[in-house]
Amino acid sequence: MIEHTDQGPLDRDGMARLVARDIPTGSFVNLGIGQPTRVADFLAPEQQVVLHTENGMLGMGPEAHGDAIDPDLINAGKIPVTELPGASYFHHADSFAMMRGGHLDVCVLGAFQVAANGDLANWHTGAPDAIPAVGGAMDLATGAKDVFVMMTLFAKDGSAKLVKECSYPLTGLGCVSRVYTEQAIFHLTADGVVVAETFGTTLEELAQRLDVPLAGAPQ
Amino acid sequence: MVEIATDTDEAVRGIADGSTVLIGGFGRAGLPFALIEAVRRSGARDLTVVNNNAGNGTTGLAALLASGQVRKVICSFPRQKDSFVFDELYRAGKVELEVVPQGNLAERIRAAGAGIGAFYTPTAVGTPLAEGKEVRTIDGRDYLLEYPIRGDVALVRAHAADPMGNLVYRKTGRNFGPIMAGAAKLTVVEVTEVVPLGGLDPETVVTPGIFVDRVVATTPHPQEEDA
Repeated sequence: MIEHTDQGPLDRDGMARLVARDIPTGSFVNLGIGQPTRVADFLAPEQQVVLHTENGMLGMGPEAHGDAIDPDLINAGKIPVTELPGASYFHHADSFAMMRGGHLDVCVLGAFQVAANGDLANWHTGAPDAIPAVGGAMDLATGAKDVFVMMTLFAKDGSAKLVKECSYPLTGLGCVSRVYTEQAIFHLTADGVVVAETFGTTLEELAQRLDVPLAGAPQ
Repeated sequence: MVEIATDTDEAVRGIADGSTVLIGGFGRAGLPFALIEAVRRSGARDLTVVNNNAGNGTTGLAALLASGQVRKVICSFPRQKDSFVFDELYRAGKVELEVVPQGNLAERIRAAGAGIGAFYTPTAVGTPLAEGKEVRTIDGRDYLLEYPIRGDVALVRAHAADPMGNLVYRKTGRNFGPIMAGAAKLTVVEVTEVVPLGGLDPETVVTPGIFVDRVVATTPHPQEEDA
């Protein structure tokens, strides 16, 4: 474990940079809508990461601007994007077979809550007047080989989002392997929650503020 | 045989009240705007619409919803920043909603076209969307039983067709088109261009014409008007 007490908490770009750093070379990766999209900005060309967008493309390039905008070329967030050399297009059933069939190496998602056992809640607040909308979140959570979550460690009301048990409706069971927050990177393992790095805080401080047992990663 | 219709009204003729209509498209990409507009003009009512979303802005699927012709929407992601037409109808209790995870939605449609009676999927196990569904443990992992979604009609947008009904698509506009084309009793396709026989390389055909009943050429992307 590395305690960076001289830097942090991280901003959103700082979190995205660390997620990008930790994606293995040559991975097929799906970046969820919203904050996870920022990870693309920090992937190094030598990592040779191929981005998947669930509406039917591998080899997705950066956001399109001006004359490059093509209404037929959008990402899952419905934002115009570009294609890179070596890109491919496919229909929805194939796109989700890539997830469910275990071909997608990593997906990066946002979350309302993550439980210590890897349960994920990120699609529904459970509010009675909310219109439920799930999109591809459950398929990604269940299908990708590794699910990385990017989120703030605490909600606006101060409650922790890394919890013993999710109180929000679940997206997937035991699916999250890592959680990237502004204060720490957590690895969710069979032996419990392991803190890999801290930013502007210490393991001891985190242990006092979270209701889940924490261990420091071995050096 | 495939019919090349002269206009969109002819292309969508005969859609009965109460039909289940599969509509291709993800957001605006691949959405068959002209065919949806023709269904709206046809006055067919009490429709169940299957699409990834529940309409954007005021055109396309949103216009069909606004005209009160849709009884139920089956989709994965109804709530968007410009889905106000659906949102209002839903909150007023004027349209039913079945939310299906996107991959399960796609596979249920594919299964219908492939003659699969049902299938087990790991997606949504342990979530509220698993309620009422059979769970089976296979090789130590839990799966949900899901049934096909069949359409009376499929409305699809492709890029080009030949007189055999063979289709090619453009970029992410492909999305649900190929699987919906196989999953309905009547598949109607709007394209930018109908090319002569031999005008499509057989190696590049994405949807073979056996899945297509009617084709009509239309102008692409009228959606830009309120994008």
